[in-house]
Amino acid sequence: MASILKVKNLVTKFHTVDGVVNAVNDVSFLLEDGETLAIVGESGSGKSVSMMSIMGLLPMPPAKVEGGQALFNSKDGPVDLIQLPYEAMSDIRGGQIGFVFQDPGTSLNPILTIGKQISETLIRHLGISGREAKDKTVSLLAEVGIPDPTLRFDAFPFQLSGGMRQRVMIAIAVACAPRIVIADEPTTALDVTIQAQIVNLFKELRVKMGVSTIWITHDLGLVAGLADRVLVMYAGQILESAQVDELYENPKHPYTIGLLGALPRLDTQESKRLVSIDGTPPDSTILIHHCPFAWRCAHAFERCWNEKPALTTVGEKHTVACFYAMEEGR
Amino acid sequence: MLKYSFRKVGQSLLLAMGVLILAFAMVRMTGDPASLMMSRNASAEEREAFREVMGFNRPVLVQFGDWITHVFMGDFGDSLHFREPALPLVLQRLPATIRLAATGLAFAILIGIPLGLIAGFRANSLVDFFGRLIALLGQSIPNFWLGLILILIFAQRLGWFPVFGADKPESVVLPAFVLSLPVMGELLRLTRSAALEVRNEDFVRTAFSKGLHRYAIYIQHVLPNVAISLVSVIGVEFGYMLGGSIYIETVFAWPGMGQLVGQALGWRDFPLVQTIVVFTSLVVLGLNLLTDLIYALIDPRIRHGK
Repeated sequence: MASILKVKNLVTKFHTVDGVVNAVNDVSFLLEDGETLAIVGESGSGKSVSMMSIMGLLPMPPAKVEGGQALFNSKDGPVDLIQLPYEAMSDIRGGQIGFVFQDPGTSLNPILTIGKQISETLIRHLGISGREAKDKTVSLLAEVGIPDPTLRFDAFPFQLSGGMRQRVMIAIAVACAPRIVIADEPTTALDVTIQAQIVNLFKELRVKMGVSTIWITHDLGLVAGLADRVLVMYAGQILESAQVDELYENPKHPYTIGLLGALPRLDTQESKRLVSIDGTPPDSTILIHHCPFAWRCAHAFERCWNEKPALTTVGEKHTVACFYAMEEGR
Repeated sequence: MLKYSFRKVGQSLLLAMGVLILAFAMVRMTGDPASLMMSRNASAEEREAFREVMGFNRPVLVQFGDWITHVFMGDFGDSLHFREPALPLVLQRLPATIRLAATGLAFAILIGIPLGLIAGFRANSLVDFFGRLIALLGQSIPNFWLGLILILIFAQRLGWFPVFGADKPESVVLPAFVLSLPVMGELLRLTRSAALEVRNEDFVRTAFSKGLHRYAIYIQHVLPNVAISLVSVIGVEFGYMLGGSIYIETVFAWPGMGQLVGQALGWRDFPLVQTIVVFTSLVVLGLNLLTDLIYALIDPRIRHGK
């Protein structure tokens, strides 16, 4: 499979009055064509910020992308999204890379109709007339499962439920048949039943449109049925990356093992206590030169405190940044 | 929308009634209207005669009923000074005041809002600094002083504008500018802070994520949301401007309502003052109603009663 997005050594910092926040520290990963990649991590692990950095959607200042590349295989050949000027970037945003954000309640403009909010993307990127855009918007609304799409075209966000609003967000994201859809915790603000509907909608659209997806979430349970591959992020770094089955069956990093242990399961016989990971993530204003998980790790030994582990291959498409796991694998 | 409009119109009518009662009470409750309106050296007989003529010796309710019936027929009583109906006197001054207020408002809107938007989007830039300076000066410089200084520079020295009066088209520029400055400052500040706030809303990020052009985002996504808070201020300020400015109209010898108020107060021409008060209040009420209706046009949540 060819890669569609190749991120190399991404570094993003926030320059705040309280000091420099190291949000993303040297993150590299690949997104393959047609793949669904889940980025998993707790709040503040840098999963959203790394995506927003690539797309130039962070408020700058205070944010600053201080290094790295994001090579995107665009319609007009490969480009580095980090270096792209504003105009060229906005051609890609919404046109070739679509977004779905976390809270559909605040992510839609409250005083514009949803029809207008979808069709303005179409007009911007496809250069079609308002008339054509309206027809296409109505069919998009139908496609994302909104009943009475013709009627709903003139609806305002406050007249729709949370789930319906998120469907509208998805319609915006896929309107121009993008190559990648980045979904930033798209189900977090929704009821569990609605969550399942949205996940299924994503699966459907993926089959129909063959779009590559990056799904940012902290819900490992959700990832299992959805993603092809998983990246585990912690303190602005990737700790482990593996195909989804491999990760669940054979997690290597103590943090991943801890996360999976904290997940309630229905398929075990006896009822077990959920495991929690002691401690809290490190202060992100301090630049860490050793393993960022060492403070909370039961297996940490001297080397973990002295150098930073790099992502090392431990199996097919399975990499992990952990000295303990590497020694164990040997 | 219809229900909302009816409710707003109803509220305005109630308020208008309140204004009439207050305007009537104002003359009667601040003491003996006869001694209020007459010069201090008028004799007791003169006062008595005056009371008789004006009907002040009748019961208050009768007076009120009489007055309100006349008001509804457009008769606000006669001016004591001019000895002719007060309303036409006020209406005569209206075009000049409207011209001044509308030009002033246009200055305030056309300069204040764009500057505020740019300042909000480019906080701490040169434009932002310049804008905040204008806002500060606009809201703190006394307008009669500024009027004199502007006359000195632009009318006296440079001769670009007439020194006073309203007989040339460009006469309106200096007084309108002075009148607009505090409002400009207020609009600028308000736009700036609203833009700063709206800019960080999730839906603006969504607009950027759709690849829309920067100015399309400012104008189509940010400005309408900012406008909701601007409309109410513009309505109030315009009402205030339409009431006329005593200082500015005096400094520039502008033949508007403000000048008339000043004169009427000096003459103790109470019926005239009362007429101006009622008239101005009704204009302000009308503007408030208009503001509420524009509100609903901008914000669908109000229109749909949410």
